[in-house]
Amino acid sequence: MEKRVTFSSTITGLLFVVPMLLLIFVFFYWPSAQALYWAFTLEQPWGGGNRWVGFDNFSQLLSDPVYWGAIGRSMMFGLSSTAIAMGLALILALLTDRELRGHKIYRSVFIWPYAIAAPALGLAFRFILAPEAGLLSIINQVWPGLWNPALDGKDAMIAVIVAFSWKYIGYNFIFFLSALQGIPRSLTEAAAMDGSGPMRRILDIQLPLVTPTLFFLLVINITESFQDSFGIVDIMTQGGPARATELMVYKIYFDGFKGLDYSGAAAQSIILMLLVIILTIFQFRFIERRVHYK
Amino acid sequence: MAPISIRDVKKSYGKTPVVHGVDLEIESGEFIVILGPSGCGKSTLLRMVAGLEEISGGEIAIDGRVVNQMEPRQRGCAMVFQNYALYPHMTVADNIGYALKVAGVSKAERSRRIGEVAKALSLEPFLARRPMALSGGQRQRVAMGRAMIREPKVFLFDEPLSNLDAKLRIAMRAEIRRLHRRLGATSIFVTHDQNEAMTLADRIIVMNAGKVEQVGTPEDVYNFPRTRFVAGFVGTPAMNLLEGRVNEDGAFVYDQGRIVDLPQDAGQAFAGQRVVLGVRAEAARLVSPEAQGALVATADFIEELGASRVVHADFDGLPFAVALTDSVRLKPGDRVGIVIDPHRMHLYSAETGAAILTPALAGTNLAHA
Amino acid sequence: MIERTPIFNLICYTILALGLVIALLPFGIVIIAATLDLKAVNTVPMPLVPSSHFWANVQEAWTRADLGNKLVHSMIFAVAVAFGKVLLSSMAAFTIVYFRFPGRYLIFWLIFITLMLPLEVRIVPTYSIAANALQPFQAILDVTGLTSLFAWLFGIKIKLEWGLLNSYPGLVLPLVATATGTFLYRQFYLTVPDELAEAAKIDGSGPVRFFVDVLLPLSRANMIALFTIMFVWAWNQYLWPLLITTDPKFGIAVTELKTLIPSEFGLPDWNVAMAGTLIIMSPPLILVILMQRWFVRGLISTDK
Repeated sequence: MEKRVTFSSTITGLLFVVPMLLLIFVFFYWPSAQALYWAFTLEQPWGGGNRWVGFDNFSQLLSDPVYWGAIGRSMMFGLSSTAIAMGLALILALLTDRELRGHKIYRSVFIWPYAIAAPALGLAFRFILAPEAGLLSIINQVWPGLWNPALDGKDAMIAVIVAFSWKYIGYNFIFFLSALQGIPRSLTEAAAMDGSGPMRRILDIQLPLVTPTLFFLLVINITESFQDSFGIVDIMTQGGPARATELMVYKIYFDGFKGLDYSGAAAQSIILMLLVIILTIFQFRFIERRVHYK
Repeated sequence: MAPISIRDVKKSYGKTPVVHGVDLEIESGEFIVILGPSGCGKSTLLRMVAGLEEISGGEIAIDGRVVNQMEPRQRGCAMVFQNYALYPHMTVADNIGYALKVAGVSKAERSRRIGEVAKALSLEPFLARRPMALSGGQRQRVAMGRAMIREPKVFLFDEPLSNLDAKLRIAMRAEIRRLHRRLGATSIFVTHDQNEAMTLADRIIVMNAGKVEQVGTPEDVYNFPRTRFVAGFVGTPAMNLLEGRVNEDGAFVYDQGRIVDLPQDAGQAFAGQRVVLGVRAEAARLVSPEAQGALVATADFIEELGASRVVHADFDGLPFAVALTDSVRLKPGDRVGIVIDPHRMHLYSAETGAAILTPALAGTNLAHA
Repeated sequence: MIERTPIFNLICYTILALGLVIALLPFGIVIIAATLDLKAVNTVPMPLVPSSHFWANVQEAWTRADLGNKLVHSMIFAVAVAFGKVLLSSMAAFTIVYFRFPGRYLIFWLIFITLMLPLEVRIVPTYSIAANALQPFQAILDVTGLTSLFAWLFGIKIKLEWGLLNSYPGLVLPLVATATGTFLYRQFYLTVPDELAEAAKIDGSGPVRFFVDVLLPLSRANMIALFTIMFVWAWNQYLWPLLITTDPKFGIAVTELKTLIPSEFGLPDWNVAMAGTLIIMSPPLILVILMQRWFVRGLISTDK
């Protein structure tokens, strides 16, 4: 879309955009370029600058089972939390959209989880899911030792997935509900006149019409699961036990800032950035084109 | 093919009433047009018949069965929506056939009937397309097809032509009329366009502010408007309405003190009352300003309607339209004389707006009848 | 619409009620736990009736996490990010939409590519700039030989330095440096009728006047929406503040959550931890409850 009426004074125009350009140059492009540089070099142990090592950092990473473990866990974490958060949000949005009694309450409350900082809900869930106190401790009273996220990697993974999904139910709910409310009322009415009941309308009319939102959220959720998970993991498990919840961003943080392996962390960053870019392009190129009706 | 009875039907949203007690008997196979300005409650009334709105009071019966508590799908009505409400993710064929699919009609039977409907509406070349790839007129026909395929007892139309351009609207009007003749289903058609109402309706219902103003054939509604509102709403140009009072001599005096003679006995009957004098443009004619008994006005502008011409005159600050039959040469600013045919005058009570004298019944005093 | 579906409605109500429980349960547990004493909070199962130790727990959490200072820091930080976003993105979008000059498309893409990569993903490189934000310019001067030229001419060695560690600019600026708000503003400007700009031109007002007198007042709703969403987003930031605030005296509320985790061998005083969590998570939650309409609107239009 283009404006018919425009201003031609180049200098004024540039002045308006320069602050933004400066910021993204300093905090986005320069660091990204530097990461690229680091990813292909190795810092010398006794100073003396960086040495060009080509793809060494990458091949070292990609041959490291620990790194593959982090990728696998990130995928596992991303896909399952996305499935839970989107599935529940979609159901709740569909039902809220029916405008049954009290729908204003649902519409408000289901959004709240998204307002909570990831680390704050991490701490809350750490307590709720703690093996010796909180809510789930009851399980251990009945079956001692069944649930212990502090020791059992599987339990820890379940705990972070639950916490993350809980927050993103709120986020997905907002988008699903707004998409559903964007469906013209007359379509629902026409379908009702055509003889279909509420359930049938959900399947035949509403679900097909929110597929664009569905795919959009799919990509956003997976990307967010890479980044927003950090606070939850750091507060709940710190990647443990025994790396069971060490996700990609957490590993970057750990290697780069605790282990001070900048080159390795930079190479991991590059891989993660590529992954996110591919997902985004996938969304723009493929999905946006396939499922738009308007 | 079902009669519809609407008995004292009311609708209110919370405390705001929008339809105040409508009574209407619609015969089987009749084509009814509900005409009125926007916000008069005409769409709400239609939607209550369809089952899309709860009925706040009164009763609607279709084919003898009270349907107040029935869901839309149980009522046997089909509806064409203003914005067509086509399912954007389905092809034309799927759109038309959706009702049958829901009803569990077999695939073969479905495609046979879709084919029939598509043929009747010349939609065959577009069956595989999505609605967004269609023109406005084609979408409109798909919406018609979707309603037709169910062979409903009742057809409901909610301003279905208002999104089309003028030419297409006229063509679709003819098409709807033709379909109605062929299918014979009882139809209710809501519009704010009086031309649509005039050309389509067996009977017109004129609504205003949630009330029915008049029910009648198009001729009735045009020639004998029963209320001041109908007089002012129906007809192009609208009826000239002058508010004034009837003096002791039985002549109409409007506010500037000018006098129009009324038919003898009518004038006497209403002496002393405040009334509104209604005159259709064609019930007045232009004469020389000097002619005896002529009302003098100034020509304001001349509206060329193709087949006819209308002079809009300035009548002491009030607009007054006069139809021109012959090729009188006039230019804006000319002084003209206007003579009103006393047998074609309408009188409305200034207080209630109800007709107290109509031309066909000239001399009959409705108020006393 | 008239619809008699009692069974389906009952199922709906049940599921919605379950949803409410899922959504509210964590809040409930946090609030109740924050009112218990050490013994009660460690009872299994946890008592579900609030007790009377709320103020004691809040006071303990308040001092332990230094919340008096940290909440102020968080507030300044979140307001600054939200304000910076609104200001910079309204300006940048103005250029992108309303000006035509060579290189415009380049600028457009330079800004929009930043949408793809959130800060967490490029945390390592961004952190490297924190020691000296002017490092890129120093490097440019060095590489182009301007530094040596200058030293040779005036005998002074240029040394640009601006450390960002433990400073508000360091907290705020990197978070402002993305295109989120710019996109929202671009979408909005595109819906502003052309006639307004034409009228402004005929009246003889230049672009700056048009921006200040017409666009800014028109975009009030956008401003509120963007501000709300950005405040919440900034308040909830964790990784970046964790890295940039190395001085325990600086630092923001959310990163203080770490100090509230009961240590493995210390007292399991979850009651204090939950009281602190409650305080720290409240400001954005209250904002979202009060500004729900704007929050939803901001969220949906910034991400699409």
